[in-house]
Amino acid sequence: MTAQVRIVPDRLQTGFARFLRSWEALLIVVLVLIFLANSFASPYFLNVWNLSDATFNFTEKAMIAFAMAMLIIAGEIDLSVASIIALASTAMGIAMSAGFGTPVLVGVGLTVGLLCGAVNGFLVAGLKLPSIVVTIGTMSLFRGVSYIILGDEAFTGYPESFAFFGQGYVWWVVSFELVLFALLAVAFWALQHRSTFGRAVYAIGNNPTAALFSGIRVDRVRFILFLLTGLTSGIAAVCLTSRLGSTRPSIAAGMELEVVTMVVLGGVNILGGSGSIPGVVLAAFIMGMVTFGFGLLNVPGIVMSIFLGFLLIGVIAVPKLLRRK
Amino acid sequence: MKALMKSREALLVLVIVVMTAGIAYRFPAFVSIGNLANVFNDTAPLMILAVGQMIVILTKCIDLSVAATLALSGMVAALLNGMGVPLVLIVPMAVALGMGLGMVNGLLVWKAGIPSIVVTLGTMTIYRGIIFLMTGGKWINAHEMTDGFKALPRLPVLGLPVMGWTAIAILLAFGVVLTRSVLGRSFYAVGGNPHAAVYAGINVGRSQFAAFAISGALAGLTGYLWVSRYAVAYVDVAGGFELDVVAACVIGGVSIAGGMGSVTGLFLGCIFLGIIKNALPVIGISPFWQMAISGSAIILAVAFNALQNRPRGRIILKQAEA
Repeated sequence: MTAQVRIVPDRLQTGFARFLRSWEALLIVVLVLIFLANSFASPYFLNVWNLSDATFNFTEKAMIAFAMAMLIIAGEIDLSVASIIALASTAMGIAMSAGFGTPVLVGVGLTVGLLCGAVNGFLVAGLKLPSIVVTIGTMSLFRGVSYIILGDEAFTGYPESFAFFGQGYVWWVVSFELVLFALLAVAFWALQHRSTFGRAVYAIGNNPTAALFSGIRVDRVRFILFLLTGLTSGIAAVCLTSRLGSTRPSIAAGMELEVVTMVVLGGVNILGGSGSIPGVVLAAFIMGMVTFGFGLLNVPGIVMSIFLGFLLIGVIAVPKLLRRK
Repeated sequence: MKALMKSREALLVLVIVVMTAGIAYRFPAFVSIGNLANVFNDTAPLMILAVGQMIVILTKCIDLSVAATLALSGMVAALLNGMGVPLVLIVPMAVALGMGLGMVNGLLVWKAGIPSIVVTLGTMTIYRGIIFLMTGGKWINAHEMTDGFKALPRLPVLGLPVMGWTAIAILLAFGVVLTRSVLGRSFYAVGGNPHAAVYAGINVGRSQFAAFAISGALAGLTGYLWVSRYAVAYVDVAGGFELDVVAACVIGGVSIAGGMGSVTGLFLGCIFLGIIKNALPVIGISPFWQMAISGSAIILAVAFNALQNRPRGRIILKQAEA
């Protein structure tokens, strides 16, 4: 046996050296590779308008993913996000049928999102129920209410001004959704990485008991996190409804899987305690570019979801299996 | 503890009786023997799947891929039937396929150490995707299935079709396995206290693997029963059914934190959902209500479980999936 020499560095690695070994650096490499592969695979990929269209593949999901990332870092999960979209969209449809204008529609969408988040938050933080079962329950409850209201009908005929949120452009190829995505990314980055609230989230994810004894109001933080996923789902509901121009109870079906995949791909530990918002941003771009590239090659949607399933399991399994050796 | 479980099951029986009596008051035909047998038979797939799900939940895991496993095994059964494979081979093959798919889940949980919710969320889409890749999204309809293939689950024996008898057999068999066998007790031990289980010489990962294999095998069996009974196979067969299965477990008193639950409670949970599902059209409520009712039932049941089992003077902080 050879003697092992452990070198203890007398100072921390510089920021850049640490960055090179991080999950985010790996994601950037993957993103560049996917970008290159796509530009070789299809001549239509490198077109400003096509790339702009491609961002619609991930902006709505990513908005929810930011809040979901914080929730998962805190050791909880919300599987009801796609159902919140369905319910918020249905509520907007009702408001639209009642003759209300665009500002009210947006208000209704966001409010319903917040209320759904509050229900989840109350059940988890207030009644201390496990978030996974609670949100499986509210997942069928929220979408179930949409089905009760709509059945096999649909709401269509949203006002023209409402179309801006999902179809409008702020400047040249920069869509409203992309701007909103960027703003939310910055906001959630600041909240997670530059605020005491963010530190509390990390603390709860690593050791809730210790966090409680350190004076963190654990249940209040949890409740706020559920409010945030509810609110971002409401925002996504506004964008998605505006983009599709219609509401069916099956809207955004299965989106919770894609959001969780995005968060996990972004390097957030599914058991809580670690992860970063920039990682989620990169993961959003990777998933968007993969979906878009597949779309250009005429790959059917369900094949993409198989790919996402493999991606979800792969990104967690590979580092774990490598670390063991 | 035992008295508590008993009272819980008694309460569930009470709820079911009151509910059924209420329906019978307005619609006496609902409680005729023939109709009740129908309700039971309709609930059979849920019961078979719920037994597998309960075993997985006992070990602190969750299997969200059961419905997808069911659909894939059912589709393969229908395809084999189309190729002229005899029925005596199709059923074991469907079970074996389901078991294989369950083993994939189990291996990822055991050897790769990935949380079961992530694994099965992933395999759920992968398994359904595979059906699409195999069939290109085409349906296999009744006229493409042989009569024998379709007849077996409906074949009446002593007034109850084979499908109902299968559920009874599975419930009884696993009732015995879970309470009277080393494997069965190890599922409870692993979920009740994993550390203690290790010191008692139980391999936690392997028990979880076994639980997933059983859940998969039962889903494979249900796959054949489902596809032959409804005489149709397509990508979205039993879509979203995994939620009903989890709901039946939670309502039946299976603790999502693992280590607690009984076949009797599970049976009552399934019957509860089965009666609601069958009574809705009878009392004139749109079937679109069912999803919301299942969701509310899950939440109420989990809240009830938590209130009943809350340890005094301790804060529950880590959740089930940890």
